[in-house]
Amino acid sequence: MISSSSKVILEVRNLSASVAGVDILKGINLTVRAGEVHAIMGPNGSGKSTLSKVLAGHPSYTVTGGDVMFQGKNLLELPPEERAHAGVFLAFQYPIEIPGVSNSAFLRLAYNTLQARRGGEDLDPLEFNDYIREKSKIVEMDPSFLDRNVNEGFSGGEKKRNEILQMAVLDPTLAILDETDSGLDIDALRIVANGVNKLMTTNNAVIMVTHYQRLLNYIAPDFVHVMRGGQIIKTGDKALALELETRGYDWVHA
Amino acid sequence: MSSALETLINRPYEYGFVTDIESDALPKGLNEDVIRLISSKKNEPDWLLEFRLNAYRHWLTLTPPEWANVAHPKVDFQDMVYYSAPKPRKKLASMDEVDPELLRTFEKLGVPMSERKALANVAVDVIFDSVSVTTTYKDKLAEVGVIFCSFSEAVKQHPELVKKYLGSVVPTGDNFYAALNSAVFTDGSFCYIPKGCRCPMDLSTYFRINNGESGQFERTLIVAEEGSYVSYLEGCTAPRFDTNQLHAAVVELVALDHAEIKYSTVQNWYAGDENGVGGIYNFVTKRGLCQGVNSKISWTQVETGSAITWKYPSCVLIGDNSIGEFYSVALTNHHQQADTGTKMIHIGKNTRSRIVSKGISAGQSNNSYRGLVKVSAKADDARNYSQCDSMLIGATCGANTFPYIEVHNSTAKVEHEASTSRIGEDQMFYFASRGIGAEEAVSMIINGFCKEVFNHLPMEFAVEATQLLGLKLEGSVG
Repeated sequence: MISSSSKVILEVRNLSASVAGVDILKGINLTVRAGEVHAIMGPNGSGKSTLSKVLAGHPSYTVTGGDVMFQGKNLLELPPEERAHAGVFLAFQYPIEIPGVSNSAFLRLAYNTLQARRGGEDLDPLEFNDYIREKSKIVEMDPSFLDRNVNEGFSGGEKKRNEILQMAVLDPTLAILDETDSGLDIDALRIVANGVNKLMTTNNAVIMVTHYQRLLNYIAPDFVHVMRGGQIIKTGDKALALELETRGYDWVHA
Repeated sequence: MSSALETLINRPYEYGFVTDIESDALPKGLNEDVIRLISSKKNEPDWLLEFRLNAYRHWLTLTPPEWANVAHPKVDFQDMVYYSAPKPRKKLASMDEVDPELLRTFEKLGVPMSERKALANVAVDVIFDSVSVTTTYKDKLAEVGVIFCSFSEAVKQHPELVKKYLGSVVPTGDNFYAALNSAVFTDGSFCYIPKGCRCPMDLSTYFRINNGESGQFERTLIVAEEGSYVSYLEGCTAPRFDTNQLHAAVVELVALDHAEIKYSTVQNWYAGDENGVGGIYNFVTKRGLCQGVNSKISWTQVETGSAITWKYPSCVLIGDNSIGEFYSVALTNHHQQADTGTKMIHIGKNTRSRIVSKGISAGQSNNSYRGLVKVSAKADDARNYSQCDSMLIGATCGANTFPYIEVHNSTAKVEHEASTSRIGEDQMFYFASRGIGAEEAVSMIINGFCKEVFNHLPMEFAVEATQLLGLKLEGSVG
């Protein structure tokens, strides 16, 4: 486990949120430090995916209380695109199809927009082509995917790999993986997990939302949190996930 | 739909100002006397007056078409001005004498009236309400034998050509609005490309409606002689009024053997406000005749304005091996309605046509593609490919496709493909989560969607069209 002296990246304090008037998150507390991997588990409807979307700034969710500090910034004050610029990345549970826009054009625009914010250099289409081909190897993605429209006609596994490719391009400080393992066969799961592992450094952090322990066989978590009823009711290490796998969620109580 | 999407679609119309200029306008209403008056104001020959009167008498027997998928109150044709012209201070000897107010108007619109400031290599004919105010590069074009002038001037200078071709593609009785136009048309552009000439520059007409009560009825006639080529561009804007103005134009194209005409339109008439008040009724008949063998006519249109668009630029493929093309982007927002498409009539052998239509609907608008592909009995080996894609932005708009296919020859090959996609909050959030703001996201989606059509626009127009679509959609996505 990472020493508790490493830098705090994300500090969630007493976060509450609702969607369409229904309270989903009811006081979440979570501290994520550089170099850490946090797994968030819990039964359906416990608020795991809501937490991911609220952190990324999905407009359908209303924050009703608490605050979120991200590297010294009040994250909740930022529109979603500025959260991305600040270094937050959400890998979608259901990646969205964008008709008419090629994957490479989309990735290049995202990359160059971010570069502009960070004061870095733009890449022209040719330079970007070299850059992205290199990055594609991280998720063993065939370069032909770059010419196809974003997620259009991609299989479930291809969509998830594409999410991790985007993560590789944007190089976030905090990556939130929302059920990235769902719908993956064992080979795809291995590829996606290897991709995430390759992108982990001591300066960034990952929050993985998942139903299943099997993802944690590939990406070792430092912390496992169990969510229920919009709260984190238990936190432990990898052993907690194994216990959940055998005993189910019902034995966990706040 | 979230707010970023909305602000993006709802950007105000930039060209909605009115020019304060003294104009010479006829009183409202339409009868034979009004037509005689228009004809006499323009010192027209008798045959043209006859043409008008015949059209008018025929028009009286017609009723407005009601089959289009649009709804609007009945147009009161007696509550409209049929002739409005900016009053010249005196006879103009050169551009320097054009009313400075007019010059400023077109400068604001980004239309260069002076050749010094002109777009490199584009000749412009400028139409203000009912009349042409100037045509640039006329002399330079004359050197290669190209005639490019206002319709009124063509009637005076080249009556034999006008007489030969006027109404030859769109007969006076073709439809209700074409008949009305034939009766009351006031000006427009005339282009004649002589045999074997590749027109050295793009020709362009800019239409501006300024008078709140006048209709605009222009007439464009383009004749491409054997082996010639011309690229023609058309742009339109109008001020913001809370009443509706009627624009009922007729465009006729004739391509002889081996000739090619490329006709591009960026239509940005005032579309009405966000509640659907005001805006232009754009009821236009455009048709091209591929009369000669191996001739080609290509329509490219970007339709973003008008309260209602009713328009079907068509090709009649008479010459063997002739080619007709239609590339269209139609964008509707707020309460705009568009029923647009094309007709490809295959008559000659081995004729080819291609239709690519992209409809984008936002707000509460309704956008329909309507197209006819007809292969006549003698059109052996005719080929058509049609692709109609619709994109919906938000959940309150509509898109329809009405393809009509009539094939009377068993050797014909006709293909039709269609698709519908929707852009909503989820797509915008996806872009945002990758650091891409709503404006760029919409622009990227729209450009991707329209790429195939934009590729057929001349360079300057393609850039303009891209920006225009971005502006039009500002606020709609988010």
